[in-house]
Amino acid sequence: MTDATASAPVAAAPAHRSLWADVWRQFRAHRGAMIGAGVFGFILLAVIFGPMLWTIDPGETNLRARNQPMSWAHPFGTDNVGRDMLAQVLAGGRVSLAVGITAMAVSMLIGAAIGVLAGYFRRLDGPLMRLTELFLALPILPLLLVAILLFRDTLRANFGPEAGVFLLIVLIIGITSWMQTARIVRGEVQTLKEREFVLAAQSIGTKEGRVITRHILPNVLSPIMVSATIGIAAAIITESTLSFLGLGFPPDFPTWGRLLFDGKDFMTRSPGRVIWPGLFISLTVLSVNFIGDGLRDAMDPRIRGR
Amino acid sequence: MLRYAARRLLISIPTLLAISFIVFALLDLAPSDPTANLPLTIPPEVREKIRLSLGLGEPFIIRYFKWLEQFLINEPLAVLEQMTGLTIGDSENRLRVLSWATRSPVTDLIVERLPQTLWVVGMSYVVAVVIAVPLGVISAYRQYSLFDQIGTFISMLGFSIPTFFTGLLLIVIFSVWLGWLPSIYDTTHVVEDWDSFWFQVKQMAMPTMVLALANASQISRFMRASMLDNLTQDYVRTARAKGVRERTVVLLHVLRNSLIPVVTVIALGVPTIFGGAIVTEQIFRVNGIGALLITGIESNDIPLVQTLTFIFAILIVVFNLIADLLYGVLDPRIRYD
Repeated sequence: MTDATASAPVAAAPAHRSLWADVWRQFRAHRGAMIGAGVFGFILLAVIFGPMLWTIDPGETNLRARNQPMSWAHPFGTDNVGRDMLAQVLAGGRVSLAVGITAMAVSMLIGAAIGVLAGYFRRLDGPLMRLTELFLALPILPLLLVAILLFRDTLRANFGPEAGVFLLIVLIIGITSWMQTARIVRGEVQTLKEREFVLAAQSIGTKEGRVITRHILPNVLSPIMVSATIGIAAAIITESTLSFLGLGFPPDFPTWGRLLFDGKDFMTRSPGRVIWPGLFISLTVLSVNFIGDGLRDAMDPRIRGR
Repeated sequence: MLRYAARRLLISIPTLLAISFIVFALLDLAPSDPTANLPLTIPPEVREKIRLSLGLGEPFIIRYFKWLEQFLINEPLAVLEQMTGLTIGDSENRLRVLSWATRSPVTDLIVERLPQTLWVVGMSYVVAVVIAVPLGVISAYRQYSLFDQIGTFISMLGFSIPTFFTGLLLIVIFSVWLGWLPSIYDTTHVVEDWDSFWFQVKQMAMPTMVLALANASQISRFMRASMLDNLTQDYVRTARAKGVRERTVVLLHVLRNSLIPVVTVIALGVPTIFGGAIVTEQIFRVNGIGALLITGIESNDIPLVQTLTFIFAILIVVFNLIADLLYGVLDPRIRYD
């Protein structure tokens, strides 16, 4: 970097380059990440606008058209009571992606808050990091299964069957997946705290809350964004795992994992019932992971600018 | 080193106690009643007696300590007695953690199920390491080559595709279409000759490969990154400048150093694959401890679920400890005093 500025003639000042333009330029150079972003964008659009174009009701049964293979009338075939698979996959994708994104937001919120507090206030560092280690040592999958079993009925009674389970799954995934983010953010904040600009802000009497929101948070945004993308992928996998074990959303409420769970007993007759939802889960997770890889490279100042 | 190990061991005790408390408290909140499934004709006072006989009459904290005593002292002693055939103390009247569903000691159920899980999970982890290490080494040595690009893409695939989908996909291909492999794991199968051995290999192939693929992709990513870190180090240039053969440089100098972080990652991954085995056991109907946990959850068998969850937690803490200590043993640059 320094070489480049030294050798450039001073008169010809380079065009203004913002940080985000730099990140975008580097991100575009990562082929896998660009393909991933394209695929993820396509799935997102398909899931949001698809049900408006493909207007068959996913819950509509038609016993005359059971277990149909792929055809023009039913591009993904039908299930054992004649529901259209394409409509179900699209509807299931809405739920799965909504769960993934909301759970990621919850986990980032907790992780960033704990990371910033532990990194900035030395008094809180010890207890908060012990808490993080404790959470890391918890067996997550068994506890998730148990927690769902325990709170499902209470939340269902209070928020309705679908909203209750949605809230439960999002909160539970969020509460059990913030630890890595907290650790990364804490490390970043600890190094940032010693930098001159923070000292300068403190010396002119900036309040601590203001230092954190104005100076610390914008600088830890990039690691948070990278772990957010990975968080979406992890949350989608967790939700489908829970649904696959029969402990997620109620039957007749399609999510990708639930469709797989319902379809696995009909695998020999209509393999499409397993393949389509599974393909969508895998493609989504794969594309999100590639985006995460690209973002990590783009956000890393040691790689960027080369 | 020894002092560090002792200190780490002491630190992990409060962690485990805290986890055991969380696990016990969470499950104790369960609104489930163990007598709910009994016939309605049982009068309420008898019902109350059944509840008392299950140990539910006492306050929460007393039950917690009793459970802890049963889990940490009585159960290990019982297992020891069964293994050695000795009788230690008053073993007739020792209270054990009983399953609500089967009324037999939880440990017996677990000991019964453990070999299946260990076979499938253990074998898959060995296969994963055997695949992943050479893959990572070659990928890093020939960075950006075709092999590297295909290898990293496949490991990204294995990393992203959930095991329940790969499992079902393999069943569709190898059991339904080709008919080569059985889709259900037969636990009662006994290996006595070549034919039955071959059948065992066939029925283990799919569950093992599913878990192995998922783990190998993760380990090979670490292996590749670690090799890349080491290949550009000064000591590699020095070795080459001395005229050491390329094979020796890569396989002796670089590989040994790059394996240090990978070995700890392998140790850290052991408890998570037990968690992953829960899913795989559901797909292939292996009746291991993962399947036991699921049946326990479905039938509200609180003592069974408490014990299994706590065992999973112990695995995590123990392997964290092992990973930490291994790091110190393998890497002479790390000093713990």
